[in-house]
Amino acid sequence: MIAQPRILTDEMIAQIEALAPRYPNRRALTLPALHIVNAALRYVPLQAVVEIADVLGLAPAEVQDTLTFYQFFHQEKPCGNVRAFVCRSISCALRGGDELLTHLCHKNGIDPYGTTPNGELTIEPAECLGACDFAPCILANDDLLKNMTPETAEAELKKPRARAT
Amino acid sequence: MQPFKPVLLEAVGVPDGQTIASYRSRGGYEPLEQVLKQKQPVDVVEMVKASGLRGRGGAGFSTGLKWTFLPKDHPGPIYLCINADESEPGTFNNRILMEDDPHQVIEGIILSAYATRASTAYIYLRYEYPQSWQRLQTAIDEAYAAGYLGKNIKGSSFSLDIYLHRGAAAYICGEETGLIESLEGKRAWPRIKPPFPAIEGLFRKPTVVNNIETMACVAQIARRGVDWFRSIGVPADPNNPRDPGSYGPKLYCLSGHVERPGCYETPLGITARQLIDEFGGGVWKGRKAKAVIPGGISMGLMTEAELDTPLDFAGPGKVGCLGLGTAAVVVIDETVSIVDFLHNSCRFFAHESCGQCTPCREGTSWSLRMLERIKAGKGRLRDLDLLAEIGNTMGMMPGSTICGLADGAAWPIKNAIKKFRGEFEDYIKQTNPQGWMVTDPVPALQIVGSH
Ligand SMILES: Cc1cc2nc3c(=O)[nH]c(=O)nc-3n(C[C@H](O)[C@H](O)[C@H](O)COP(=O)(O)O)c2cc1C
Ligand code: SF4
Ligand code: FES
Repeated sequence: MIAQPRILTDEMIAQIEALAPRYPNRRALTLPALHIVNAALRYVPLQAVVEIADVLGLAPAEVQDTLTFYQFFHQEKPCGNVRAFVCRSISCALRGGDELLTHLCHKNGIDPYGTTPNGELTIEPAECLGACDFAPCILANDDLLKNMTPETAEAELKKPRARAT
Repeated sequence: MQPFKPVLLEAVGVPDGQTIASYRSRGGYEPLEQVLKQKQPVDVVEMVKASGLRGRGGAGFSTGLKWTFLPKDHPGPIYLCINADESEPGTFNNRILMEDDPHQVIEGIILSAYATRASTAYIYLRYEYPQSWQRLQTAIDEAYAAGYLGKNIKGSSFSLDIYLHRGAAAYICGEETGLIESLEGKRAWPRIKPPFPAIEGLFRKPTVVNNIETMACVAQIARRGVDWFRSIGVPADPNNPRDPGSYGPKLYCLSGHVERPGCYETPLGITARQLIDEFGGGVWKGRKAKAVIPGGISMGLMTEAELDTPLDFAGPGKVGCLGLGTAAVVVIDETVSIVDFLHNSCRFFAHESCGQCTPCREGTSWSLRMLERIKAGKGRLRDLDLLAEIGNTMGMMPGSTICGLADGAAWPIKNAIKKFRGEFEDYIKQTNPQGWMVTDPVPALQIVGSH
């Protein structure tokens, strides 16, 4: 079998190792490691899971088990440059959250959890974003988009956005 | 009544209020220095116990008492986990504390770690709070630089590290043992208790889990004193020896159909009506409230007629709600269909059940399927009895599940059907004139996004 090129960069591994002294065992690094890889790649493909497990001294199944529990880390293909979480929980729903989600998916021609063909935008339904004072709201990368209407949201999600964390 | 001057929210609106300089200028960290010089850990435990502080994360358990459950003379390590998973729909007060006054939270954590003899504290922060993440990390860095964190804090023998640990968008990580499992790198399956975390928690060591707002209260008790704290709120009911009272200020989150949604600080025990009218500018668009969630969606529903219920720890239970919960008040106006409300609630819990206990996993998903069907015009009156049966049988209270998520899923179902049964019946009869009376089993409809 030909060895596949490594997905985890030295930098990612260094970032993971930098957190190791915080925890008494390496399994606790699972979520931080998944976040580090996800922040860099916008997804965590299965091979990255195998490599994370290798770095942490775990079975790949242990890392994969944790990963799948959260349904947060995509595995098939990367998320868009902008990952938008549209809140559908009660305070937002009372102010049009469901309609917002439907509108945005329709306008961008994708289903919930889908990514536009140009790889720019992923739209996902989210539960309460903890910003009910600004309902309906969207978390787009690190930006909280407050008091959205279908029109303002559509315009906001066309903008490029940094990803700091 | 004297207008109440915010204490926990003192820094809101203050320019650069999140900085250590601003926090110090307001008297912050002075109490910590005094404590480290003059008090033993047990004195801090006694102070918090005497204040009557009850946890702000939802369960309302006495904070000082919880600390005393830790084993005495344990060789360590003892861990402190700060619950910043804040995911209960309607709730956002922890976010405001972390963003606008992170040092108040950190001082509370240092004091609590001193009291519990923890030398490591993890803040488990939900993923969806990038701004809180940055503000907290900056504040932690400032606190290290100022000598409030790290080795031998302010020349004492006490050392503490605080680490931020990020979640990944799962409500169940707010349940304290789910949080612990998640921190350990596993799926966030809540543990069977006992053993309670105080005996066997994070990394199998004695652990205290406390909420962010609880930490802010600890900082204020240290600054302003036990008497100050006990002068606020609702005293213990002398006729009920089991009522520990509801002392102190509280951050109420107001959202939904009000003119001015927001986080408002008042003494514990304000009524929902006062909160809506005096702080929220009334129900929006001049409408009336149909129902109000008293403390996050898990707590169930109050009707308009029940809005004069005081929102202290004992209040919501008196009108059949689960409790005060997170004190997140969500107003639902008269134009909203109660069917839509319950559908939203069931969708949330079906999505968030961790799947470990059959009554919760099946009950939440089955109730959602029924609500989907009712909404699609295929409801039967019999469904209301089935829903009520699910509501009555899943949860820790009936004894069928490991954690309280299932009780929180059950309560909106029970309250909605009990308090608004007529509306459900009318809806079902109108939308399903041919079949509302059928009692045969029905094949479930396909549903999207309820995994
Ligand atoms: C399903 C579920 C979700 C919870 N979510 C949170 C939460 O997001 N934040 C929180 O502080 N407590 C939450 N709790 C309560 C915690 O289990 C725990 O009681 C609390 O963090 C203790 O802190 P306190 O005593 O300071 O309130 C949740 C409980 C359950 C059953
Ligand atoms: S009650 Fe529900 S959420 Fe809690 S442990 Fe059981 S299945 Fe999981
Ligand atoms: S319900 Fe949408 S942010 Fe809370």
